[in-house]
Formats: sequence, C-alpha cells, structure tokens
Amino acid sequence: MKLTLKVWRQKSGDHKGYFETHNVVAEEHMSFLEMMDVLNQQMIEEKKTPVAFEHDCREGICGSCNMVIDGRPHGPQTGTTTCQLHMRTFKDGDVIVIEPWRSAAFPVIKDLVVDRSSFDRIIQAGGYISVNTGQAQDANAIPIEKDVALDAFDAATCIGCGACVAACPNSSAMLFTSAKVAHLNSLPQGELEASRRVQAMVHQMDAEGFGKCSNTGACEAECPKEISIDNIALMNRQYIASMVGSDTAV
Amino acid sequence: MKLESKEPKGELAEKWTNYRSTLDLVAPNNKRRIEVIVVGTGLAGASAAATLGELGYNVKCFTFHDSPRRAHSIAAQGGINAAKNYQNDGDSVYRLFYDTIKGGDYRSRESNVHRLAEASRNIIDQAVAQGVPFAREYGGLLANRSFGGVQVSRTFYARGQTGQQLLLGAYQSLSRQISLGNVTMYNRHEMLDLVKIDGKARGIIARNLLTGELERHAAHCVVLGTGGYGNVFYLSTNAMGSNVTAAWRAVHRGALMANPCYTQIHPTCIPQSGDYQSKLTLMSESLRNDGRVWVPKNLEDAKAIREGRKTALDIPEQDRDYYLERRYPAFGNLVPRDVASRAAKIECDKGHGVVKTGKAVYLDFAAAFERYGESEALSKGLKNASKEKIIELGRGVIKAKYGNLFQMYEKITGEDPYIMPMKIYPAVHYTMGGLWVDYNLETNVPGLFALGEANFSDHGANRLGASALMQGLADGYFVIPYTIGQFLSNEIRTPKIDPNDPAFAEAEKAVDERLSKMVNIKGNQSVESFHRRLGKIMWEYCGMARNAEGLKKARKMIRELRDEFWSDVFIPGSTDEFNPELEKAARVADFLELGEVFAVDALQREESCGGHFREEYQTPEGEALRRDDEFAYVSAWEWKGFNEDPVLHKEELEFENVELKTRSYK
Repeated sequence: MKLTLKVWRQKSGDHKGYFETHNVVAEEHMSFLEMMDVLNQQMIEEKKTPVAFEHDCREGICGSCNMVIDGRPHGPQTGTTTCQLHMRTFKDGDVIVIEPWRSAAFPVIKDLVVDRSSFDRIIQAGGYISVNTGQAQDANAIPIEKDVALDAFDAATCIGCGACVAACPNSSAMLFTSAKVAHLNSLPQGELEASRRVQAMVHQMDAEGFGKCSNTGACEAECPKEISIDNIALMNRQYIASMVGSDTAV
Repeated sequence: MKLESKEPKGELAEKWTNYRSTLDLVAPNNKRRIEVIVVGTGLAGASAAATLGELGYNVKCFTFHDSPRRAHSIAAQGGINAAKNYQNDGDSVYRLFYDTIKGGDYRSRESNVHRLAEASRNIIDQAVAQGVPFAREYGGLLANRSFGGVQVSRTFYARGQTGQQLLLGAYQSLSRQISLGNVTMYNRHEMLDLVKIDGKARGIIARNLLTGELERHAAHCVVLGTGGYGNVFYLSTNAMGSNVTAAWRAVHRGALMANPCYTQIHPTCIPQSGDYQSKLTLMSESLRNDGRVWVPKNLEDAKAIREGRKTALDIPEQDRDYYLERRYPAFGNLVPRDVASRAAKIECDKGHGVVKTGKAVYLDFAAAFERYGESEALSKGLKNASKEKIIELGRGVIKAKYGNLFQMYEKITGEDPYIMPMKIYPAVHYTMGGLWVDYNLETNVPGLFALGEANFSDHGANRLGASALMQGLADGYFVIPYTIGQFLSNEIRTPKIDPNDPAFAEAEKAVDERLSKMVNIKGNQSVESFHRRLGKIMWEYCGMARNAEGLKKARKMIRELRDEFWSDVFIPGSTDEFNPELEKAARVADFLELGEVFAVDALQREESCGGHFREEYQTPEGEALRRDDEFAYVSAWEWKGFNEDPVLHKEELEFENVELKTRSYK
C-alpha cells in the first residue's frame, strides 16, 4: 500500500515545529511502528535525519509509544497502542497525519518525543503503599474480595503513556492520576494512606501544569487500556472526603 | 583465574539462613555515607534500588528509558512462582528448588537455586503488601496456575500482565525512595563504561541521552540489573531497546561472561509475518495450561493449509497430531520450554508446519472451551445446554483468564483466536547466560554486582516459566540488600569516590573516542541493517539446533560483519545531541562482539543441555544428550580484545543434594 505521511518535525523544544511530507510503501501486516521503521530506513539511505519517536516493547505494555495519528492519540483503533495498530486499518492511498502528544506538561524533546516525567513525579507524590522490603505479612492473611481485586486490577492496568492527556481538550491528567488512586485506595493495603495519597497526588498533578477535568470523556475513549472515567469520580469523591477533618487539607 | 563461588558450607536448607546471620553489616550511620550505583530499573534493578534506599544507602539509579516504569520486565505475562503450597498440592521449597535445578538441566549452582526457592515466598508477601493485584478466588485468597516443567500449581498471576503489576510495585517503592531523597534517579542516561579504581568498581560513565553529554558518576560500588542479551538475535520477544551494553562494557573491564550460549527459545510466539518484522510477540506459556498443541498428521493437509486451501477447522480430530501429548504423556503440553520448542521445530522441519513459511504449529483452545463451558453450565444450573451455549460459556471463562493475550493475538494477526486456533512458533525470549557472579551476586570484579537476567546464576541451561520474575525480585529485594554488606562493610573508611580520579578521565575519553569514531565512519549502511544481518547469522547457526561446522562459520561471519560495521555504518547526526541512531549503533557494536563469544561458547560445549542443543549430541530419540563427566561446569569467558580468542575459565558445579539424571518428561 502507498501512503503519504505528514509527520511533525521539531528539532527541539526551543525550535519551531512543522509538518514534513513523505511517501512510504507499506504492507498491511506491518505494525504502525514498522511502517515508521520503513520511513526511517528510507531517510537514512538518503542521509537525512530520521524521525525520532519513542518505542520499546512493541507489544502494548511499556507505554513508550505516543503518536497522535490523524488527530487521535494512538490512532483510530480503540483499546490499542500505536505499536499494536496495524496497517490493515489503513487503505492504499491514505494520507496519515502524525503528531506528538500536545500538552504544556509534556514538552516536546524532538519530533514525536515528549517529556513525560511529570507522570513520574505524580507517582512519587504518593502513588505507592509505604511498606519497606521485609515488612510484609503472609500474602493470604489479607483476603480481598474477588471483585474488589478485579476492579483494582482494571485501574492498575494503566501503562502511563499519556494518551489521556493528549486526548483531553484541557490536557488534564485526571484519568492517569485517578487510576493509581483507585488502584491503591480500593485495596485494604492502601487504605491507611488513602487520604494523604489522594491529596498529595492531586496537588502534584496541579503543580505540573495539567488542566482541569471538564468531563468530556475523551480520555476514556482514547485510553489504550480502556481505563474507566469512573476512577475520576472515585478520586473526586475521595479528594473531597479527605478535605473534611484533614489536617493536610489545603 | 580461580573462580570461587563462595557458597557457604553446611546443610543446603540451612545455608542461606546461617550465612545471612553471620554476614558483615554496615551500621546505619555508615550507610548514609556510602554511595551505591544501580543501573537498570527492571524488576531486579528497581527492587534493589528501592530496598537499598530503604536501608539508608545513598543510591543513584540509572535507566536509558524516559521513566523507570518502562523497563522490559513490564512485558512479562504469565506469572511468578513461589513455593507457598497454598493449593495443598505437595509443593515445598525443596520441590521448587528441585524443579528449577532439573529444569535447568543440572547446570546451575545448588545453593543459589535453593536460596531463590526460599525467597520466593517472601516475594509474594511483599508484592501483595505493595498492592499488586494478583488473581484471587471467590474466597478472597490468592489463585494459582501451572507452568511448564512442574506438576504443582505454584504460579501467581495478574491476568497476562504479571510482569507489569510486579514492576509497577517495584517502581512505586522506588518512587517512594526517590521522594524521600534516598534514591537519585537518572532517566534517559545510558551506562557506557565501568570505572575501576585499584581493581574495584567505583563508578560509571553515563551518556545523557538528551544532550549527548558524557557524565562521570562515582560510588563505592556498582550494581547492574540490566537484563539479558536476547536481542543479539535481532528478532526476539525482548523490547527494541533491550541490550547487552552495560554488561558488555563491564566485560571489557574484566568481568567474565558466563554461559553465553544458554539462550531460551520460547515455544509459543506469534510467527514472523514478513522481512520487515521488528520484533516477535510472546503468547504466554500459561496458555499451555488450556491450549493443546498440534499439527496435521498428513503432509498433504499441512500443505493445503500452507497454500490457503484448508484451515485448521477442516482437519478432523483423527488427523491431528497432538505431538507433545503423544511424546510426553506425563507432562503433555506443559513440558519445559526447550523441549516444546525443539518438538515444534522437528514437526515443522518434517513438513507439518501450518503457515506460508511452514514455520508454525497450532495452539488450540477448542477442548478447553468445551470443558470450561460444561462446568459453567453445571454451576449455573443450565441443564441440557446446547453445544453452542456451552462453547460460548467456555469462551467466557477463557476470556477471563487470558483475555488480554487473545486480544493481543488478534491485533497482531488479524485473526480471531476464539474461532481459529492460534498459530505459534518458537522465538528467542530469555538468556540464562550472563555475567559470572558468586554467591554474593558479585562478579569477579570486586564491587561490581549483577542481578536478575544480567547474571547467569540460577537457571542453568534452561529457565522454567514464571521463574524470571521470581529471580529478578529475589535478587533485588532479598539477596543483594544482605550480600552487598559483605563488600561494603570493608569500605566504611573509604571516603566519597572522586569523579576527578584519572580512571574516570581515562574511561570518559575512551567512550568519547569510540562514539566519535562510530559517527565519523559515515558509511552507507544503516545500523538496523547490520543488526538484522547479525540476527540472521545467530538464528541460523546459534539457534534451536547447533553444530560445530555451523558455529565455526558463524564466528567467521560475525567477525566479518563486525569489520564491515566499523568501516561502513552510517549514523546520522552527531554525538552531542539526542541521537537515537547513535544509541542503537553503540548497542549493536557490542552485540557484534558478544555474538562471537556466544558462538565460541556454543562450540566449546560439546554436549546438549537445556536450551543448548548440539546436533552431534543427542539420544536415539532425539533428546538432549548431556555429558556430565566432562561438562558439568560453568563456562566463564574473559574478553581479550577485538581479534583475540576469549579465554575460558571454569567453575566446576558440585551437586551434593540432587542426583544428576537424564531429564525425562515422559
């Protein structure tokens, strides 16, 4: 299949970006990133600078890949990361527009590569259970209702790619943050720190410059792991509850 | 060089407990003054960095990724073993130890493996305390499943994303230590050299990948948790960035590479679809709990399928050969990985393969749909449920167990595995070989430690499923925090290491010169093209079956390819900028050296064991023929230089507690 790519190029955060047009011949069984490999191979053969893009596991779990394809984070297929998107989704002759995540809290590093370290700092603020190695009791001493464990798992399945932010008109990181809050706060192990956690993580999220949530639901629609916005509701509820009678409340 | 394993003396089951109680300690006030570098943030690196931080050491942690959470442990699917015996099915620490030694084809160290089995129980406790959402039964207690090479259910799992959940647990613990200031995290930094002062590992040269700047980082000791080298095959289930560079740079500084030829070829991966393929995707071994492996009995049927005239559904039951169940009735579809992989290769080589390339076999869930469906119908009180209804219910059960894997398969192949059996073929997955370490996980370079897949110590010649997560976390959470004290307790008077020491300047200069040389070749071939060619050589001659002639040829071809690389590679851009092609080039250059030592090791080991199958050494039934009298040792290779022969050092393996037997899964 013959494709025309309009790819975002940007030398660094200090430079202005622009679209560059390339023609590529791909096969339908290729993954989207393998199609990008073809493009880069072609550019290297022409002694040009290949397009920088982030990728690693190429099986939808590491959360590295991040392309806005035809206006949608990770492209047209629901529940799919860029690396798992295959060219059979496209047609011969298609024009494909490829851009980086766009958010002030994810500054562009080069071309399609952005800085997502703000996510790490949100986790560092409280996205953990404070237990040192060796302090644990026997695993089966904490029975957890199967449905509770399943819900916690569904929230914990977040890969930290940032598609939720890229999809949101306000660049809000509520889905990412709430998924971790929901995962840990709904488990008995995480209960003790629940209030402190939700406050600390929300404050860090705001400090990073992410926008507010206005309930458009775009994050849920574009999330490659199909994480539910129910988590956002849960986080809002817990955040408000944590303000009541809390000495850490701001 | 005499390799001392430093295994403690005494009863096997008491060794670790006694040793731990007598190890030298570092007092809290001294820990605060001691710096430790941890490279890598997978299960081993992240758990080590977090735990060392908790203990009070000053930790500096490095990853080439943009975040510690991206390390490739994240992709492990099936599960983690632990000798909890929660299923009351006869499991014990000894049995896990025994299964691992046997599974590794008697090429690992008894005392290390027993310690691993002991620590396995603590790992599950720790992970649950961190909030890792393992699968549970309706009673709220933890669920288990079975993996290959064992007859108990000891594998804990979180759907098909166990690695993700365990890594996030370790990442969160690490994040907590970062927030407390005990760990300083360096993202997007790649270790490009090890710095030794007076023979001890005292720091690293790391390249800041965003700016290209070379940085000197000093510490009292260095811990590598940098993973395996499966990507020497180019196509593997490893992530694109997984590489041997940190470990290989240590080898250049005198560390020994042990058993490089022990590579695990995983039996159930999605077959290659074309030459453009960049990586292969694993379908978890856990699927073999419920999937049955088969090929068409008749060559004509196989041919018709390859040519698209028939599909799996056209082959009647009596014309299917469930070859694993036939050849290995005791373990059936759950034979260890090396055995299952070879069996698939044999069937495909005989012409029974089922995709266009002839390189695939079926993994079929039809029987499981029916079995689970019937049980579901019964528990739902549906009497006389139709066959369709039963299958539908059964598919629901399978979906709950392996949903994400089925979905992944469909995305990649475009075929619905709930209807059409999966097509699978072996692919490179894990490397049992790695840096040689003693019982303390210390390499032969004092102060340099290696954990997880980066070391060689626990899996012998073949790793059993769900044991990689176990080993990475055992090393990081429960071994290194103790054993590092053995080295550091003698360093409490050592002042902060000075990054201006001439050794740092020398190493930095060497890295700078090497990168500049590479970039300035300005040849005509891309880094990727060299990597692909290396991978083809490795797969052809050092893959599932090896022989002396092929291995000699491989070595020669790799040397030639290496020379070609250093005269004709083209790397766009410069060294002083964000340059992913340069990163890749430096890694491929190291693979081109490791590949040669790999072939040398495989040639020298004139026996078949585990993942190392030499065609010259097989039983009349085609099973691996081990030669314990001559080869019951660890091969640790010393790098001597670009065009020199590597030198072999041997560590004899002593088996005091298990009897060396021919592995039988029949």
